[in-house]
Amino acid sequence: MPAIKSLADLKKVREEALEKRRVKTASGQTNIIVGMGTCGIAAGARDAMKAILETIQNENLEGIVVTQTGCVGLCEKEPIVQIATGDQPKVTYGKVTPEIARQILKDHVQNGHIVKEFQVQM
Amino acid sequence: MRELSLHLLDIAENSVAAQAKTIEICVSEDIANDRLTMSVRDDGKGMDEALLSKVVDPFVTSRTTRKVGLGIPFLKAAAEACNGFMKIESQLGKGTFLEVAFQRSHIDRMPLGDLASTMLTLVVGNPTIHWVFRYIGNQNELFFDDASLKNELNGSPLSDPLVIAYLRTTFENGIRSIQPDKEI
Repeated sequence: MPAIKSLADLKKVREEALEKRRVKTASGQTNIIVGMGTCGIAAGARDAMKAILETIQNENLEGIVVTQTGCVGLCEKEPIVQIATGDQPKVTYGKVTPEIARQILKDHVQNGHIVKEFQVQM
Repeated sequence: MRELSLHLLDIAENSVAAQAKTIEICVSEDIANDRLTMSVRDDGKGMDEALLSKVVDPFVTSRTTRKVGLGIPFLKAAAEACNGFMKIESQLGKGTFLEVAFQRSHIDRMPLGDLASTMLTLVVGNPTIHWVFRYIGNQNELFFDDASLKNELNGSPLSDPLVIAYLRTTFENGIRSIQPDKEI
């Protein structure tokens, strides 16, 4: 991946990235939602978020939208990460460490296998 | 929470919850005056005087999922233990300004921690909010306004690998290049 140091660099690679995204979006966009309430932050949600963004960057994963939400009422299970792909039901994971976050991205997001071990019921 | 930048993330989340459209964050490490300050200004729904006067009470929270809010009371106590203070100004319908200050060299002051990750999390995680970020290290300033980036992206997600790389570089290198030599 080319190094991006300025907005001008970003502009150059944008067209190419858009093209790749068009291909990927056809198979369904993946939404990743990280709980970022006080409870989540105190439990390590920022580290989980950081690991997710690092993995997307390092593995060059296209077509993923990462957003965050507030407290979802499962404070004892934080950090919580939810994955929604295309029109499939949302899957919720609890106590997501950076390591578990990387595993979820690899197994679930990239290969489509739910990581049952860390799944929690809402 | 053991880092000031985690507290900063937590305060900024209050502004997100208050439906702010623009959120301005400023972090300053002022060696000459031995001060570390963090502030968050938003144009969210604000608080009336009654709520404002109670907001540092841990048993006051706007959340509906449980009845205790601990973010602000903890941070206020941490600042006051370090010859610092917390100030909150708010107007219903206009927005809220929160500032927290510490004696930078105080032995009990929490480390600033991973400020770049806090900013990356906020900007990527809340794409509909207009973020303005200022970091002052000694006399130097890093200024970031995501308006030009979003204009360039034209609706493409901020969690694109290239955009994450750009934001990470901007925050990490920008902060590192002007941060005072060591955390005392």
